[in-house]
Amino acid sequence: MALKRFKAMGAAIALAFWSKVAYAEFVWNFPKPVTPLAEDTLHVHNKFMLICMVIFLVVLGIMIYSIIHHRKDKGYKPANFTGPSTKAQVFWTLVPFALLLYIDFILMGIPAYHSVITMEDTKNNADMVIKVTGMQWRWQYEYMDGDAKGIKFVSNLKTPQEQIYNQAEKGPDYLLEVDNPVVLPVGKKVRILLTSNDVIHTWWVPQFGVARDAIPGFLRETWARIDEPGTYKGQCKELCGKGHGFMPVVVNAVSEDEFKKWAESKKAELAAASAVAEKEWSKEDLMALGKEVYEKNCSVCHQVDGKGVPPAFPPLAGSKIVNGPNFDAEGKLIKDSHLDRVFNGFRVMPAWKGVLNDVEIAAVVTYERNAFGNAMGDLLQPAQVKALR
Amino acid sequence: MTTAAQAHEAHHDHHPTGIMRWLTTTNHKDIGTMYLVFALIMFMVGGAMALAVRAELFQPGMQLMRPEFFNQLIGVHALIMIFAALMPAATGFANWLIPLQIGAPDMALPRLNNWGFWLLPPAAILLTLPFILALFGIGDGAIATGWTFYAPLSVQEGIGVDFAIFAVHLLGISSVMGSINIIVTIFNMRAPGMTMMKLPLFAWGWLITAFLLIATIPVLAGAVTMLLTDRHFGTHFFNAAGGGDPILFQHLFWFFGHPEVYILLLPVWGFIPHILSAFSRKPTYGYKAQVYSFWAIGILSLVVWAHHVFTVGMPVPALLYFMYSTMSISLPLAVLFFCWIATMWRGAMSFETPMLFATGWIILFGIGGLTGLVLADVAADAQYHHSYFVVAHFHYTLFAGGMMGMMAGTYFWLPKMTGRMYSEKLGKLHFWLTAIAFNLTFMPQFFLGLAGMPRRIPDYALQFAEFNMISSIGAFILGLSQLIFVYNIVSCIRGQGEKAADKPWEGAEGLEWTLSSPPPYHSFTVQPVVK
Ligand code: HEC
Ligand SMILES: [Cu+2]
Ligand SMILES: [Cu+2]
Repeated sequence: MALKRFKAMGAAIALAFWSKVAYAEFVWNFPKPVTPLAEDTLHVHNKFMLICMVIFLVVLGIMIYSIIHHRKDKGYKPANFTGPSTKAQVFWTLVPFALLLYIDFILMGIPAYHSVITMEDTKNNADMVIKVTGMQWRWQYEYMDGDAKGIKFVSNLKTPQEQIYNQAEKGPDYLLEVDNPVVLPVGKKVRILLTSNDVIHTWWVPQFGVARDAIPGFLRETWARIDEPGTYKGQCKELCGKGHGFMPVVVNAVSEDEFKKWAESKKAELAAASAVAEKEWSKEDLMALGKEVYEKNCSVCHQVDGKGVPPAFPPLAGSKIVNGPNFDAEGKLIKDSHLDRVFNGFRVMPAWKGVLNDVEIAAVVTYERNAFGNAMGDLLQPAQVKALR
Repeated sequence: MTTAAQAHEAHHDHHPTGIMRWLTTTNHKDIGTMYLVFALIMFMVGGAMALAVRAELFQPGMQLMRPEFFNQLIGVHALIMIFAALMPAATGFANWLIPLQIGAPDMALPRLNNWGFWLLPPAAILLTLPFILALFGIGDGAIATGWTFYAPLSVQEGIGVDFAIFAVHLLGISSVMGSINIIVTIFNMRAPGMTMMKLPLFAWGWLITAFLLIATIPVLAGAVTMLLTDRHFGTHFFNAAGGGDPILFQHLFWFFGHPEVYILLLPVWGFIPHILSAFSRKPTYGYKAQVYSFWAIGILSLVVWAHHVFTVGMPVPALLYFMYSTMSISLPLAVLFFCWIATMWRGAMSFETPMLFATGWIILFGIGGLTGLVLADVAADAQYHHSYFVVAHFHYTLFAGGMMGMMAGTYFWLPKMTGRMYSEKLGKLHFWLTAIAFNLTFMPQFFLGLAGMPRRIPDYALQFAEFNMISSIGAFILGLSQLIFVYNIVSCIRGQGEKAADKPWEGAEGLEWTLSSPPPYHSFTVQPVVK
């Protein structure tokens, strides 16, 4: 009877939530696993939760029984025992602890042991290797071998600021959308190497059961074998500064054929980009591209208007460095010059040489020297950047 | 005896009045009161920050603040709640109760005691000052790394980190001094006949806490000092490019951070049995077992820290060791739960406010403990870690297990401390609002975490919207209902309410109940003898 009423109540509450559109996506447990590891994790998690629930309900039941029956206002006379006294009582007192030992180290301990072994088996039979680099506040992906070897790109949050600051309707993939998702083939064991350029980040895709820290100066690794094609989303989950909530992970899992095709086209795209580095660029083209690169990569810290957020992030508008020469009389890069800062980084300012290509660096530097009220009038050619590599 | 003693004492005892009384006092009750009042104020300050956080998270999108400021709020909220609310509250109770419970005239080192307290307000100011400085354009606000100070983020961030480092130093020194005082008092000032195995459990809990503090605070102090030199003096302890290791910081931090959890909980585990036994009108079950469990947990807590950092990538044997050692804490903890419930079993229970809090505490802390057990599982931890599941878990252990325990203790000893009864009606209302709103706030967070919401994010994807809204509503009810608590305490201090008997609780046991309510300024003019 009581149970029935409980169920009805539960259904009513569930229905009330269900009617909301966004709610349809919410899950009460881990999202659907798509790798063996996530499968295993979900399984272990469900088992442990069940065990804990049973322990909880049994203990709660005993307590509630006592609360109902052993009351002063019911005239219950208090006992005065302070411990088990007979041998039988000692035995029955020890039973729960024996049970707990069994639960901890056998019932839970053994499956947990196997999951750890699975989780850490990153190298055996790996089909391909990718390297993931965390940086404030984006991910860079590099394919280390196989069909896609050499492909390297940066993946940025695509959600516009207007949506975040409530000036525009939020899209369905709000905060979980990127410009360049990482593409992986299904059915292949992918060994994922992780590192970082600045602070610690954590690469997390719940449906893969994978979360591992990206640590500056060290390589860490994990793995995933995705069993189903689809788009899988996750987020950085180590506090990494003001953009921590805004560096999602998006993985496109595709069939092997599609992966090959994607790798071809991506390679062609990157080759085309490096080919244009040879040609002479006009100032208009550099400025147009520079604005785009700047707003995607630099404005999180230096702001769209170049005014920065002092003291943490210096303004570029009117900056001595930006309004100074890049090369000395012999054509050598001046230390601590504008280009040096952008190319090599300095303290919190990231080094962009590994992240942006020659054209992008040339464009963004040109843009900064001729925007926000800066009027250097000069331009940097991609070839000049290339010469630095 | 008491009235005669009081009259006599009022006659010849001159201590300064007004502000000087509080600045210079070496009286354990005065100092205890200051600690408790300080803790209550900081509880409200830290709570206000939590409410600002929950207000921002009420809906997706950035509404009220910038992400930088959000990050400052979460970190300072945690530092305040841990170091400036829970720890001082525990020390306040220790000051008040340990001398009374062991039959000592005062704490062993009264001047150290005074100093220990007066380090706290400057520390609280250091923590929060950067917020105010930022308003005047100095620096960029308070520490924005979360309370964990992880390098290299904390090397990168602004002056808020330096302020927090010095605040932690002051708080640490204060805690160590308090601990030394408590250890010395318990070892040397017990009334004749009070052997260690007759020590009240509250004193036992605190004794272990004090040892843990002395063992771990220096490690924290060392770690943040290394951070300071990395920031300003060119060292590279935590910088791989200079031969250091960012993960070293996490290991040092959690070598302190894990025992810290038990530092906060042991005093509560200490006084819960007093309350349970009083309102069950039945002696504490398994006294010895509880003492040994305190020891076991204290020692184990020093060797399990790395379960906080499973995702950094560790060798398999290390993962297994930290997993199994963490799971084994469930054994002594289960002993405690067993004893608490066995104390209630076949008692003659009544449910005044302290007992309500103690009972609710067992249930909610139980949820915290059990979710801790699943968190020990390394593979699943990859999902739980730094998700809202963990946020919910540690609020079940630290708000329910810590704060609500402190509330139980407050209602239990408030009549003794102030000589007045609080309003039972309001106390019960406070309990029910707190318990319900607490679950409304934190239960949804378990599910948010499972569904994939990371912690410490100022904005979230749309599928998390409903549960965040529920959680925020719960948080506001929870926050506002604490005003009842404050009202209850303030009215007792102001002498409103019925006069309290020397022993207001029928089943209460212990030397503190043999004194008048409130106890005379100098307790025990005649040393009691324990049989
Ligand atoms: C993570 C935040 C961040 C991002 C992203 C970032 N910068 Fe910076 N930048 C800084 C900081 C901090 C400094 C100051 C470094 C110092 O002097 O310690 C800086 C300094 C500079 C300077 C020197 C300015 C001066 O007057 O000192 C230039 C030029 C610059 N950045 C260009 C860029 C460009 C171009 C981009 C994008 C491709 C970019 N930054 C992206 C944080 C950032
Ligand atoms: Cu990150
Ligand atoms: Cu992050």
